[in-house]
Amino acid sequence: MNTHAEGAPVAQPESFAFTAENIERAKAHIAKYPKGRQQSAVLPLLDLAQRQSGGWLPLAAMHAVADMLEMPRIRVYEVASFYTMFNLRPVGRYLLQACTTTPCWLRGSDAVVAACESKLGIGVGGTSADGLFTLVEVECLGGCVNAPILQVNDDFYEDLDGASTEALIDALRAGKTPPPGTVLARQGSAPIKGKTTLTLMPEPPAMQAALLPGAAGETAKETGDAG
Amino acid sequence: MLADRDRVFTNLYGEHDWRLAGARARGDWDGTKAVIQKGRDWIVNEVKESGLRGRGGAGFPTGLKWSFMPKESARPTYLVVNADESEPGTCKDRDILRNDPHKLVEGCVLAGAGMGVGAAYIYIRGEFYNEATRLQAAIDEAYAAGLVGKNACGSGYDIDIYLHRGAGAYICGEETGLLESLEGKKGQPRLKPPFPAQVGLYGCPSTVNNVETIAVAPAILKRGAAWFAGIGRPRNTGTKIFCISGHVEQPCNVEEEMSIPMKELIERHAGGVRGGWDNLMAVIPGGSSTPCLPSPICGEVLMDFDSLVAQKSGLGTAALIVMDKSTDIVRAITRLSAFYKHESCGQCTPCREGLGWVWRVMERMVAGNATVAELDMLLDVTHEIEGHTICALADGAVWPVQGLIRHFRPEMERRIHEYRAVATRQAAE
Repeated sequence: MNTHAEGAPVAQPESFAFTAENIERAKAHIAKYPKGRQQSAVLPLLDLAQRQSGGWLPLAAMHAVADMLEMPRIRVYEVASFYTMFNLRPVGRYLLQACTTTPCWLRGSDAVVAACESKLGIGVGGTSADGLFTLVEVECLGGCVNAPILQVNDDFYEDLDGASTEALIDALRAGKTPPPGTVLARQGSAPIKGKTTLTLMPEPPAMQAALLPGAAGETAKETGDAG
Repeated sequence: MLADRDRVFTNLYGEHDWRLAGARARGDWDGTKAVIQKGRDWIVNEVKESGLRGRGGAGFPTGLKWSFMPKESARPTYLVVNADESEPGTCKDRDILRNDPHKLVEGCVLAGAGMGVGAAYIYIRGEFYNEATRLQAAIDEAYAAGLVGKNACGSGYDIDIYLHRGAGAYICGEETGLLESLEGKKGQPRLKPPFPAQVGLYGCPSTVNNVETIAVAPAILKRGAAWFAGIGRPRNTGTKIFCISGHVEQPCNVEEEMSIPMKELIERHAGGVRGGWDNLMAVIPGGSSTPCLPSPICGEVLMDFDSLVAQKSGLGTAALIVMDKSTDIVRAITRLSAFYKHESCGQCTPCREGLGWVWRVMERMVAGNATVAELDMLLDVTHEIEGHTICALADGAVWPVQGLIRHFRPEMERRIHEYRAVATRQAAE
């Protein structure tokens, strides 16, 4: 049977049904789009299905989404195999997504990948023997001034090097979730040795004259409303 | 240098409260009603006068784009905000989404009023899970406070704002690929024309704008077009968030005036090039799609649309990727070729087949396992790919290779000669 996943066949669960809680969430997503346009909700629903299935998308889950959105199954397969965040085969509890695109590479993403590989005894694409970790290489995560970045499930860990990557894996293995963001003493995307801008407490800027009460256009409008 | 009082994104680094109360203290949602009540024409004209050009990469004049939306439409009309930030080097929208989300939400209301749309969809890349959570919280706060929804801000204008998460595809940052994705399909770009202003989301008139473009709109409208137009140079006005990554002492995001000299930007805010300015090899000035510039040009160029185009590069997303002399620059650009090959949606043959070919040849160029004639062929093929596809992904994929050959051809030829010399010697032994 074609499972839409590259490589060896994947053992597929027989069935899938959204939990009552997820059905409510799915309905809320569908409600965002105009009547008859429920197909727009396919990405959020596949995401819900993937979360409910432990981080990957079985065929049965795709079928449940297709039924719910009244879409042909092939359209759901197309979407599930087009977007990189859908995993068509099982992954570990922690999906380690190492960015290796040029900005991260320039700042040492090779060391981050190497630390993951040596620590877990797996290569890119592999899952650790204990089933806890899957390591994948991903393209730009959009946090380039905090490179290199390793995304673990939903969280970004930033400004990593080999040692801090190993420490992160140790913590995850011990069942801890270190706070996401930079591993350095740094405020967001600011320069690490201190800000060069925004040194004062921000104050609201002044409004241009045309918008102030009593300005020509404003008065006319309000008079008009009153009339 | 831009004064702090002229900075729009006052919570860029997330030091202050991002919620409604904090945003209000910084001036957000103040005077929104007065702006809406000035009317559509006033809003669009003010944005036109400000000289604002789209912050997503192409630099199209925003006010003009807004004016393309039909005045009367029997069908619904939409504003779609592109928060699919995924151009390598670029991480500016992320700071707006997580630290100043109310600027974006208020921007949706004001831009929406300027175009008379009934709803706005914000398409955020799926990897930005935590950012999406925050933005949704900001939208919810705005609804609860009556700032969004029916009679937004008490102005009589109705607008709904919805957040939509993507699922990992660079191509969805292309405006029509984004629309396809938002309709629940693969993100394969559409042929233009028709442009989204005529046939956009669900076939209805739509405008797609970048996050930063929409988020600066409230400041422009409240402070006045003249204020914004007074920053930078003519045709290159206003403030801009720059992302400085790579081999600098202190990588950072910073909001500066447009047209700031590249050297000043890097030295003042990013602590300079690692090992000093003389250690600079090249800078990719505007995200991965823009051709790299060698160090002598970097010392003189201004960070704006016109100055960078004059150097055969571009401002793009204003994301500088700095490379010092330790960089294997052929490898650095080859990694970008691999990126574009991976991200091609596969619709157009020159892109689907061509980018794989370019990447494979580039891999050989890294080692020098090629001939000089192949270098010319590579350049030739990039020109055959460019302009022959539905969207600009393939253009953006070949420009970095063209830039590399333009400025670093001697280095590429050196590798070829060296590789052949070694091979000849080994054959003789």
